[in-house]
Amino acid sequence: MKAREVIVEGKNLSVGYEGTQKKIVHERLNFRLYGGELTCLLGANGAGKSTLLRTLAAAQPFLSGGLDLMGRPVGSFSVKERSRLIGIVLTDKTQAGGLTVRELVALGRYPHTGFFGRLDAHDREMVDYALRAVGMTHKADSYVARLSDGERQKTMIAKVLVQECPLILLDEPTAFLDVVSRIEIMSLLRRLAVEERKAVLLSTHDIEQALVLSDRLWLMTDKYGLECGCTEDLILSGRIDTLFESQPHVRFDLMHGGFSPVAEGKRRICLIASDEVLRHWAQNALSRHGYFCINSSQTDSSGCPVLKVLSSCRLILFAGGNEIVCSSFDALFDALNDCSVTF
Amino acid sequence: MRECRGVTFGIVLSLGVVFLVAANLLFGSVEIPVEAVWHILRGEEVEKSSWAYIIWESRFPQCITALLCGAALSVSGLMLQTVFNNPLADSSILGISSGASLGVALVVMAGGGMAAGAFSISGFFSVVFGALAGAVLVLLLILFLSSLIKSGVMLLIAGIMIGYVVSSVISLLSFFSASDNVHSFVVWGLGDFGGVSLEQLPAFSFCIAAGLLMAILLVKPLNALLLGPRYAENLGISVRRVRNLLLLSTGMLTAVTTAFCGPISFIGLAVPHVARLLLGTSNHHSLMPVTLLCGAAMALLCNLLCVLPGGSVGVIPLNAVTPVLGAPVVIYVIINRRKLQYFN
Repeated sequence: MKAREVIVEGKNLSVGYEGTQKKIVHERLNFRLYGGELTCLLGANGAGKSTLLRTLAAAQPFLSGGLDLMGRPVGSFSVKERSRLIGIVLTDKTQAGGLTVRELVALGRYPHTGFFGRLDAHDREMVDYALRAVGMTHKADSYVARLSDGERQKTMIAKVLVQECPLILLDEPTAFLDVVSRIEIMSLLRRLAVEERKAVLLSTHDIEQALVLSDRLWLMTDKYGLECGCTEDLILSGRIDTLFESQPHVRFDLMHGGFSPVAEGKRRICLIASDEVLRHWAQNALSRHGYFCINSSQTDSSGCPVLKVLSSCRLILFAGGNEIVCSSFDALFDALNDCSVTF
Repeated sequence: MRECRGVTFGIVLSLGVVFLVAANLLFGSVEIPVEAVWHILRGEEVEKSSWAYIIWESRFPQCITALLCGAALSVSGLMLQTVFNNPLADSSILGISSGASLGVALVVMAGGGMAAGAFSISGFFSVVFGALAGAVLVLLLILFLSSLIKSGVMLLIAGIMIGYVVSSVISLLSFFSASDNVHSFVVWGLGDFGGVSLEQLPAFSFCIAAGLLMAILLVKPLNALLLGPRYAENLGISVRRVRNLLLLSTGMLTAVTTAFCGPISFIGLAVPHVARLLLGTSNHHSLMPVTLLCGAAMALLCNLLCVLPGGSVGVIPLNAVTPVLGAPVVIYVIINRRKLQYFN
């Protein structure tokens, strides 16, 4: 096992804006990005994700502290050198509709080509390779204007691949995409990070994919700044709950890995299910309807109605001495509404 | 395959330009037989010495001027469209040629006299300098506005407004100046490729060639700018430096053409679209040379249309012809913008 290579390291880094509207967005951030890992930057809108990404891309100066790229201060690289080390994918609208996919990807070779940007055989090989890597070979000669949003994003990722940078930064690469494309893009990025030993950092609101695919999470909040750690460590230590701490009606669902609205159940019901899946969905349905589920083992379970879920079409409700057999959740809620009068 | 297309169009357009140059030398308000033109060009004696004078002092410089101006205006239009990320930008819409006009007006009204022949070499450079200063000032203003105005259409309207303001200053200037100056200024405003004399031609050609050379050297950053300034910066392009160079190049090309031929509309706007429609690409590697050739051909065609009526009608003003050819192209492009890949 090779030692993990540190690609980027921030030491007490302060990011923000200089000049007349001087504003410190975050102070004293400490972080490391490793080669071969996919890192997701999570945070609410306005938490400063884009500011941090722009700072890492050296598109905006940092206010204080240190930022090292490949072990050297980022300021010590020339613009040209940086363009071979940092590759970016943005959500900016481009004017590239009139280029073919191949031509657009070839733009990524610019840091490596000469004055007129002519491609040699090696450059062309790289372009072909990147097109294969993102699965866009069949569209190589299509106009960018004719692509779907997901395909455009893959093209931009191919562009960043041919740039041959050890660090790839992506600003919300899965925004505007449908769920299939989101999964596709995230899996692609994870695969590229591992196979090409690149440090990939992306900001996203797609927590579901991030928790499954990312090796490391960066949680960005106003209160705690940046919290970095292995995905599972952050989840199981409960630190992921700090992400939306200011929003009391949103909480992290530990069992199912996602943020969900907090259901406030006032009426209690005792839930017995024959397996975990049935338990999850029965609980989901009951909390939505204002029930608070308790286990049969709990001492105060006496007196409240009991629901036995044997299968999705066999639900038995014991309430007020009656036993009602329902064949669906729809029927169950009809029955519950009827007997809630009698409770 | 598309690369071959660029080469093919390059060859076809070059032949077209040669053909149009020949046509421009052959036709004019005075009828000169083909053999006579041929003899004159080979430096031989012909029956009427006035014919030789017409060819060498009028048609030849006019022809070369049209060729260079067409190329200059189209190439600067293309660069402006890419830099401002706006397919409907060009130097006349953004008010840059008005700026150049104001510079020229100031120099001319201060120095007196607009007659082309009266220019000495120092006069030539003072006019070019005035035009360049005016053009670059407006360009800087537009560049500043583009950081405030994000919408492309709104920026175009702001450019048109600047054009109006500058024109009103010019109107005031002409209102307060001698009437023969005004007359020559009005005639100049109609546009004419005949504004460059044979003596001025080398200096004029040199200025245009310098601007075009700069444009061709900027092909790589222009391609990167298609992705927008942030991507371009990430690809190692110094956007600020490239913008300054583009400013200088477009300013130079617009200023020199405007100073001598008047503010010529529509060539800069329409020709880059014609080139993109022909080639089917936004890649400046092929788009730049094809736009250049297309512009030369278009200007030569316009010049030909101006002199063709001949006889008692005389020469039609250039700015009466260019919109007739250019406006339909622009309207076609606007109507079909959803289908045209380079708009999306």
